[in-house]
Amino acid sequence: MVTQTETPTRLTLRELAKKPDRLTSGHRMCPGCAAPLVVKQVLMAIDEPVVVVCATGCLEVATTIFPQTAWNVPFIHNAFENAAATASGVEAAYRSLVRQGKIEDDNTRIVVFGGDGSSYDIGLQSLSGAMERGHRLLYVCYDNNAYMNTGIQRSSATPVGANTTTSPVGKVQAGKKGARKDLTAIMAAHGIPYVAQASPHNWRDLMQKVRKATAIDGPSFINVLASCNRGWRHDPADTIEIQRLGVDSCLWPLYEVEDGVYRVTYRPKVKVPVSDYLASQGRFGHLLQPANQYIIEALQADVDRRWERLLRMAGEV
Amino acid sequence: MPEPKGWKELPIGGIIDSPGSARDLETGAWRARRPIVDKDKCTSCLQCWMFCPDMAVVVQADKMRGFDLYHCKGCGICAKICPADAIAMVAEAEAGTEGEGG
Repeated sequence: MVTQTETPTRLTLRELAKKPDRLTSGHRMCPGCAAPLVVKQVLMAIDEPVVVVCATGCLEVATTIFPQTAWNVPFIHNAFENAAATASGVEAAYRSLVRQGKIEDDNTRIVVFGGDGSSYDIGLQSLSGAMERGHRLLYVCYDNNAYMNTGIQRSSATPVGANTTTSPVGKVQAGKKGARKDLTAIMAAHGIPYVAQASPHNWRDLMQKVRKATAIDGPSFINVLASCNRGWRHDPADTIEIQRLGVDSCLWPLYEVEDGVYRVTYRPKVKVPVSDYLASQGRFGHLLQPANQYIIEALQADVDRRWERLLRMAGEV
Repeated sequence: MPEPKGWKELPIGGIIDSPGSARDLETGAWRARRPIVDKDKCTSCLQCWMFCPDMAVVVQADKMRGFDLYHCKGCGICAKICPADAIAMVAEAEAGTEGEGG
């Protein structure tokens, strides 16, 4: 069953700017951080009431410093590993209360925000469980590629070669060894109704995906690339441009999987070399040295292979 | 910041019962560079509004009216993405009162 608001807010900047902020100013996320942009766009796409469930991470600690909160919507704090489990409980309780006639069904949407630490690593089992059980909720992972809140430790979302405090560059290794985990593919493998990958630089694409996800009576997952300028080592002003490079290099393709059907939602006119993306960030600076060229070549080959596979799955080649 | 409360006055479970209360915090005090908009160049396309991570671009009646300097952290995303090149980042020490009061 698909339910939707009758006349959703048009996805134009003028119409959207009339909506009240669901995440307000005064949060303590770093200047230029992409995570509040992700939250802003996700919650703006939804016209219905929302309940936000948030895993431990930068977003949680920097928006809810007692006795203040930057959330203008009901918000539930969680530990690192259990945001999806809490959201499952919220959803079950909501359905139960509606069925008992104790509250009115106002189409409340349950949205979970977790970083890559809580989604790829620590909370993966609760996320997997919530998806498998089929709760009607949207899980949004803002993937900034490492544990930024605690000091830039590598996670299973950290790309190969990235310099982090627990995958440092030195004589023994040139940053993180091994490829990152593909959580979007893992979520698609759950066979849930909607899985997508997005980036806030392409806000309309991201918001359309959120609309699709929340209209579905079942679980949905959106993985969103979210630059951390402290960990990625770039000028905070470059956030949007770097996100664009990530997508245009096909390192972070924008696509969706709707009932198992793959669709690429954005195809770059010119596929930029992965090295352009790497060169924009200090965490990859060492890779540009000739001795590490082989890492870039291997990464480029991996990106090409995954992009070709995605196009095949989407029936575009 | 509100007046500190004694422990007996605090809500049970650390519940925060005033949504959006973080607005009281002056994150603008973090700023090293201040965005200044040239209103002659600005076309009110609102790209800056969409990409401001601090909800610090003021929009009224479909028009970009300036910046909320109480909250703007000076990241410079707006100046970088502005298609009309209408926003300049000026060192806070040299900005004086420019851009204040919307």
